[in-house]
Order: sequence, then structure tokens, then C-alpha cells
Amino acid sequence: MSALAAASAPNTGVNVVALAVLIVLFLAVTVMGFLATRWRQAASMESLDEWGLGGRGFGTWVTWFLLGGDLYTAYTFIAVPAAMFALGSVSGFFAVPYTIVVYPIIFVFMSRLWSVSHRHGYVTAADFVRGRYGSRGLSLAVAVTGILATMPYIALQLVGIEAVLEVIGLGGNSALARDLPLFIAFAVLAAYTYSSGLRAPALIAFVKDALIYLVIIVAVIYLPTKYGGWGHIFDAAQTKMAKPSPATGKPGAFIPAPTQYWAYGTLALGSALALFMYPHSVTAVLSSKSRTTIRRNAAILPAYSFVLGLLALLGWVAIAAGTKPIGLNGQPNAQLVIPQLFEDSFPSWFAGIAFAAVAIGALVPAAIMSIAAANLFTRNIYREWLRPNATVAQEAKVGKLISLLVKFVALIFVLTMDKQNAINFQLLGGIWILQTLPSVVFGLYTRWFHRWALLAGWAVAMVYGTVKAYNVSSPTVPHFAGSLAPMELIGQLGYIAFTAFVLNVIVAVVLTPVLRALKSPEGDDRTVMADYFVDAGDPRVKPLPELTTDQH
Amino acid sequence: MLVAAGVLLLVPIVALMWVSSYAHDEPRLGGWPFFFWYQMLWVFIASACTYAAFKLVQRARPHRPMVEPDENEDHR
Repeated sequence: MSALAAASAPNTGVNVVALAVLIVLFLAVTVMGFLATRWRQAASMESLDEWGLGGRGFGTWVTWFLLGGDLYTAYTFIAVPAAMFALGSVSGFFAVPYTIVVYPIIFVFMSRLWSVSHRHGYVTAADFVRGRYGSRGLSLAVAVTGILATMPYIALQLVGIEAVLEVIGLGGNSALARDLPLFIAFAVLAAYTYSSGLRAPALIAFVKDALIYLVIIVAVIYLPTKYGGWGHIFDAAQTKMAKPSPATGKPGAFIPAPTQYWAYGTLALGSALALFMYPHSVTAVLSSKSRTTIRRNAAILPAYSFVLGLLALLGWVAIAAGTKPIGLNGQPNAQLVIPQLFEDSFPSWFAGIAFAAVAIGALVPAAIMSIAAANLFTRNIYREWLRPNATVAQEAKVGKLISLLVKFVALIFVLTMDKQNAINFQLLGGIWILQTLPSVVFGLYTRWFHRWALLAGWAVAMVYGTVKAYNVSSPTVPHFAGSLAPMELIGQLGYIAFTAFVLNVIVAVVLTPVLRALKSPEGDDRTVMADYFVDAGDPRVKPLPELTTDQH
Repeated sequence: MLVAAGVLLLVPIVALMWVSSYAHDEPRLGGWPFFFWYQMLWVFIASACTYAAFKLVQRARPHRPMVEPDENEDHR
């Protein structure tokens, strides 16, 4: 490794031009963030429908940019190519089938969730669970899982910004120089999220996506010609993947081997099922104006998956280019591979645009995630448990404050703890969030499941998934070294979240008839069949104030 | 027609979960191993399937405006 470090010295000094471009674009986005309050201006921002869901009025294009900006995060842009670079296609390229199969799933489930949520003024998935099962406990479980899974995700957006700053050359040994830019970026983000709510990320998402598309298209056309063509790039990757990786001691994957099919398939399907259980996805879906908007978006959102596939392959372009991702501390760090590739291959000003794309790409999801976590806390913890008579304005106020708190905690998390912790928790978050699916998605179709059976299934799967993930080790990381573990009965490696999910469903199916035989209370269902099909324009889908005061 | 829409939505999921059908290097296309270009191709096929399903559902189940249920039912 010392030879590697000596050969690569591009990290000395600050890349001034790139930094200047980054700062200018960041400032432009900041102004947009604050001006967003006036976009589609509402009579009052003092309700969660306005602050936390942008007035529930986003049309097809805004939703497209918002969901795209939300789901394809800066961390994705950093981590997916990094996984390709370091570990190969099983850990990296599964993102493509994952983000393909997610859309038919959205098409079916999310339009239904939209309908029932608009009918009853639900702001979160836990609101729906509360209304459907009349169970405060189950609703709390869903809300807490959502908040827990979201926090490390926000922290990882910061890791994305950090990677860019590190390659630009900001940082070094002084803690102040390293952390100050991150601190400023997050303070600014927190301020406009507080004032503009979901409108800010919705507006900024336009800039973010335009920059991302520009950078990826240029990179994918220009870089392969520069580094010997796609054939050569794939051959270079194949050669590297055949050798044992220093991190795991095992060879990487060029194309999944037969023993890895289960891993590849379950990673894709499990992640796809989990994605729309994340609070920030639910928030973006519920902010759209109609059920049709969501369905149309399910057909046009895969454009982002195509870009993500190209981006994943940039991790292999970096192999052919001989990129050496070395951190400012002199240690190799695969997370830096994409920023480093850009800095090595592009003129400084374009590298600056690329870095801005990643940094702004972190702000949009971080804002939506903090709003989503705030919505969950406000509706399902604050109003449900602490202050049942909270007014709409009080809810908005608590939501705003919690969004600040959530970001602050994420910042402390990143600044004080090892980066590996954020990655571990994010991995756990994916496992955890999938365990809320039976309560939410099955609930959209049937009340057959008993609410306590669902709660038991959730609890068993949470424990199982956490223990399984804890026990995954590699030569360099003792615990939480990955998201794959041998599956029960099948024996092959599989995605832990998926195995836990199957266990979750089995427990719920077995316990439901038992609880019913014991005549344990079923809970009230506030929804009716027709609620699941309403679209914009139906009674009580609008106007909004009526919605939020209507149910207790 | 709703069944057809359901099938259209299932096709991409089944095709991509069937990993052994596409985990090959050959035939290459413009230097891309089959594994990669095949999955990128599915981005477009899946998008087309979802769009077709969207159109089918719109025709099979045209939106019927909801009748306001009486208050008792809503506040059970």
C-alpha cells in the first residue's frame, strides 16, 4: 500500500477553481432554498400539510424531480461506484435491478397509500397504520423504526459531502478546517428547511438533477474514450475482480457466480421493497397532487435507474483509469473513488460542477429525510402520546424544530463517531425499515392480519436482522461487515433484510389465527373500501384544513 | 385487462430475479458483457411495461367519483 500512496499525490493542496465553482453553485441553491417559501405560496405555512408535504399539490414533473432527488442520493452516487470499484457487481450493480423492480411495486402499492392518506389526512405511514388497525403500539413501532432508519441515512449524506471536500483538499489535520465547511453547509440547509419546508428540496431538486444528468452524460461519453473504450474497461475490471481484495481477502465479483445469484436477487428485491417504506419516500409520494401522478411517475422514474447504472460503471472506469482513492490521512478509501476520478480526468471547473452535483445531491435528500422524520415524530409520537389536543399550528411548529434537531444529531454523529458507524447503522436501517412493510402494505389490502401478530412479527424480525448483521464479519471489520448472511434452509448468502422479512411474515401469519381464537381485541378500522381508490377531486380529498381537523 | 396489467407489472420483477438467465459474459455488445447491457435494456422494457399497465388500468377502471359516505360510517 505504501507504493500506492507514494504514486498518488494529487491530494496535496486545495483545488481552488473547483472549490470556487462549488461555492458559487452552493450559494445559488441556498438562495433558491429560501425563496422556495414563495413558490406555490400558501395562505399559511403553519400546518404539516403545507410545511411537511408542500401543500400536497406537486404535479408529475415536480414529483419526478423530487422523487428522483430523494431516492438517488449523494451517498448512492458515492457508494455504488465505490462498491463496484472495491467489491464488484454483486455489491454494486444490484442497484440497477433494485431500482427497476421498485417501480412496479410503487405503481401498485403507493397509489393506494396515496388515496387512503388523502382521504383521511394521513401524513405518515404510521398515521395510516393507526387508522387502519386502531393500534397505538403498532403505529409507534412503525414510527420509531422509520425515525431510526432515517437518522443514519441523513448522516451518510454528510459523508457524501465530506468525500467531495476531502478530494478538493479541504481538511487535513486541523479538526476545524475539516469540519467547518460541513457545519456551514448543514446550518444553511437547516435554516431553509425550517423556513420553506418541503418546497425547498422540491425546488432545489431541479438544479441537483440537471447537474447530475449533465455530469454523468459527459462522464460516460468522454471517459471511456479517454481510458481505452468499454471493452478495455470491462477487461481491466475483470482482471482486478479476479484478485483477492485487500479489504475482504476474497476476490471480487465481475459477474455474479452461481453461488451469488441468491445474494444478487435478494439484495435487489429486498432493497426495492424497503425503499418505499422509508419515511422520505412516503413523504415525497404523499406530496404529489393525485394518484395518477404517482402511477405516471412509476413509468418515467426509471430514467434515473439508467443513470445510476452508468454511474455504477464509472467505478470500473476508475479501475481502467488507475484512480488511486487516497484520503487526506494517507489511507486508501474507496468512497473517494468517484470524486478522485473526476478531479483526475476533468478540467478543474468541470470537476467543480461535478462536486457541486454531489454536494447539492446530498442537500435534497437530507432535507426531505429530516422533514419526514419530523413528520413522524410530530404526528405519531408528539400528538399521539404527548399532546393529543395539539393544533395544526402547534404540529407545524414541533415539526420544524424536530427537523433542526434531527439534522443536528446527524451532524454530531458524523463529526464525532467513526464513519464506519454511520455505514453500519445505515445497513441496519435498511434491514429494519423493511420490517414495517407487512403492517403498511398488507394493511392496504386486507385487515386479515391481527395487529398484535403484525407487531410480534416486526419485533422478531427486528431482533433477528440486528443479530444477523452484527455477526457478519470481515478481516478488517469485526461486526456489521456487510448486508449478506447465509439464508436459513437455502444455505446460500442472501440479503439479511429479506430473510428477516420472510420470518416476519411467517410469524404474523401463524399468530393471527391464534390471537383470533383467543378473541383478543381487533381494534377499530377507520377506513372504508372506497378510501383506497379515491383520486384528486373526490369529496374530502380537498380542501385541506378540513382534513387535518377531521380525525382524532 | 386488470390481469394483463398485473402481468405487465410482474414481468420485469420475474425477469430480473431470475439471475441465472443473464449472469453471463457473452455475447458482448460494444465491449459490454451481456450481464450489463441486458440489465440496462430492462430499464427501458420495465418502463414501457409500467406505462402500458398505467394505460390499461386507466381504461379498465375509469375513475368513478366517490360518493360522500354519511358521517356515521366515517366515524365508526
